[in-house]
Amino acid sequence: MSDRAPRIGVVTFPGSLDDRDARRAAATMGGDPIALWHADPDLRGAEAVILPGGFSYGDYLRAGAIAARAPIMAEVVAFAERGGPVLGICNGFQILCEAGLLPGALIRNRSLRFICREVSLRVETAQTAVTAGLTPGETVRIPMKHGEGQWVATADQLARVEGEGLVAFRYSSPDGIVDEAHNPNGATNNIAGVRNAAGNVVGLMPHPEHAVDPDVGPTGGQALFASLLQAALAGAAA
Amino acid sequence: MTTFRFEVLVSLKPGLSDPAGKAVEASLPALGWSNVANVRVGKHVALDVDAPDEAAARAQVDEMAARLLSNPVIEDVRILEVAER
Repeated sequence: MSDRAPRIGVVTFPGSLDDRDARRAAATMGGDPIALWHADPDLRGAEAVILPGGFSYGDYLRAGAIAARAPIMAEVVAFAERGGPVLGICNGFQILCEAGLLPGALIRNRSLRFICREVSLRVETAQTAVTAGLTPGETVRIPMKHGEGQWVATADQLARVEGEGLVAFRYSSPDGIVDEAHNPNGATNNIAGVRNAAGNVVGLMPHPEHAVDPDVGPTGGQALFASLLQAALAGAAA
Repeated sequence: MTTFRFEVLVSLKPGLSDPAGKAVEASLPALGWSNVANVRVGKHVALDVDAPDEAAARAQVDEMAARLLSNPVIEDVRILEVAER
């Protein structure tokens, strides 16, 4: 462990909602949160970047489509290509997919309904910036709240995602059973989150930043943030 | 330079579930139409492009359609009409 608080940049787009919670979660877990704005020309020394949830640009055109072309995203893409840790949560996951940093796309939930409740996620790999401290097969409990979270992909993308172990999280029962009964939104193969090949970019629909404080709900997000902070420090040391 | 008017139709790929289409389809029988199936809801984008000729304008619209107006992972795109303004 380091005694230094890593700088965790959280990008606010017009319409972001969970930027404050993401900064608060980063601080709760020992990070130094940095507020970034979508029009900023640089990342202000951030050692990890979070794209938070919400409805950036009103979700006009497609969820995340406009935000993915915002000025700061060129910096985020360059940071990701240098190996910097990038976490997209909910709308942030949609933005990462739209920006081409993660495979697939998010479409409206199968039920047509906006769904807001706690879910269990089975960790599929420890090879990501937010799961390095977790063990594949274990589950974390955190909330989801989205209307467009059904992950889909082209046949080629899906084959690659499954074949190369790019699935980060699947919706599951609390004891890790992945089946239709535990698929809240119709996501292909219960996929709740994916990573890039290097593992430094990861996105998921549910909200770890809402699950770090035992006073207000489950604490499944703590391990994800702890891993992200470690990845930020490791990246700075590398 | 000439101004060209384009209309771009964006639709979810066949095979992908289209919840909005399903919702519309489910509502039609209440109005008395029970013989309708395969309803799909898409997007229509109209825009004017200044370009030296129609071929240049169309090439630009093709690229804009692929890079922003649609997401090739989930959507098909079709350029519907072009008219000189």
